[in-house]
Amino acid sequence: MAEEIILLDYWASMFGMRTRIALEEKGVKYEYREEDLSNKSPLLLEMNPIHKKIPVLIHKGKPICESLIQVQYIDELWPDANPILPSDPYQRAHARFWADYIDKKTYVPCKALRSETGEKQEAAKMEFIEVLKTLDSELGEKSFFGGNEFGLVDIAFIGFYSWFRTYEEVANLTIVAKFPRLISWAQRCLKRESVAKALPDSDKVLKSVSDHRKIVLGID
Amino acid sequence: MASSDVKLIGAWASPFVMRPRIALNLKSVPYEFLQETFGSKSELLLKSNPVHKKIPVLLHADKPVCESNIIVEYIDDTWSSSGPSILPSDPYDRAMARFWAAYIDEKWFVALRSFLKAGGEEEKKAVIAQLEEGNAFLEKAFIDCSKGKPFFNGDNIGYLDIALGCFLAWLRVTELAVSHKILDEAKTPSLSKWAENFCNDPAVKPVMPETAKLAEFAKKIFS
Repeated sequence: MAEEIILLDYWASMFGMRTRIALEEKGVKYEYREEDLSNKSPLLLEMNPIHKKIPVLIHKGKPICESLIQVQYIDELWPDANPILPSDPYQRAHARFWADYIDKKTYVPCKALRSETGEKQEAAKMEFIEVLKTLDSELGEKSFFGGNEFGLVDIAFIGFYSWFRTYEEVANLTIVAKFPRLISWAQRCLKRESVAKALPDSDKVLKSVSDHRKIVLGID
Repeated sequence: MASSDVKLIGAWASPFVMRPRIALNLKSVPYEFLQETFGSKSELLLKSNPVHKKIPVLLHADKPVCESNIIVEYIDDTWSSSGPSILPSDPYDRAMARFWAAYIDEKWFVALRSFLKAGGEEEKKAVIAQLEEGNAFLEKAFIDCSKGKPFFNGDNIGYLDIALGCFLAWLRVTELAVSHKILDEAKTPSLSKWAENFCNDPAVKPVMPETAKLAEFAKKIFS
């Protein structure tokens, strides 16, 4: 059934990865359109006039913005294949809470990690390490954030894994050595086809960010 | 379920706390309201919300649920057979409600809050302009979502009505402080009518703070 789904996205966006994973989990066909963030398309600006950001999901001509909202939308439209949110109300609230935590606490520091230097970057490093500590503690010995099943919180955070190498290099952060449980969790997620397909190569992300820092931001 | 099963940690003046209170009213769920003292945080709050240490926190059979809009969805999910649906039933309408609720918290409320802390006239003017731009977006959102009905959610108040309506008392306090109508019937007629209807809703009236009392409180905390 041709559902006419278009995803406006950017290959390295950990937010766009969430929506790609959700669509893939449900086996839904869609058209992927790469956006040049320095030259946003008229369609992007028309479909997301408030925030002008990717990802934007366009379903039968109607836009849905904000990655976690898109993921829930996809889960509600295709509830039978690979459920993303649990059915129990308390577990749903728990999943939403942690997905919301990730959004609230990573956006600002992650931007600073990739585009700042000196004190601003140092402050961002501290913030991000706190987030990793909190998430590591929340994950504990579980296979996935929700327990035995892959779900919303895993989808919310896994895209950041493709950025770990970049943060280690450009911000001099130690992540892999310090958080073995999170790394195991990430490897477990990567065994899923949806995740393997959605995540870009870590070295490619690093090269892109290093080039951007050098060429556009003028940072050595 | 016994009323002692449901507790809400909060404060009368907090618009975020108002959200689950309205939702519980809509579902006719009795609850014990545990009021925090302004300026300090109880042991129970810190234990129940160690990550953010903020109100509101819903305790259902002693299990905590945090973040006001998430609590509202939890209430809708848990007491689904009681009272009207708080979230719309159509997935696209739900996505729109969640989108606008997020916009309200991340952009609109941030502007309102920065107004209350704004220094000079120039700063205040800039914030008012931001709020009015936001209102114009919300006026259009209201027309799109309500589809001719009195509320964002249709015939009954719902998730998005609650997400925005909880700020109306603080909005009125701000308008009094600047002697300027921020929510203006001339500029946003539908939103203004909606605000009136929202404040008169039986689930809202008992928990909406009185403007005078809130203005007193605002003077105290912002002095």
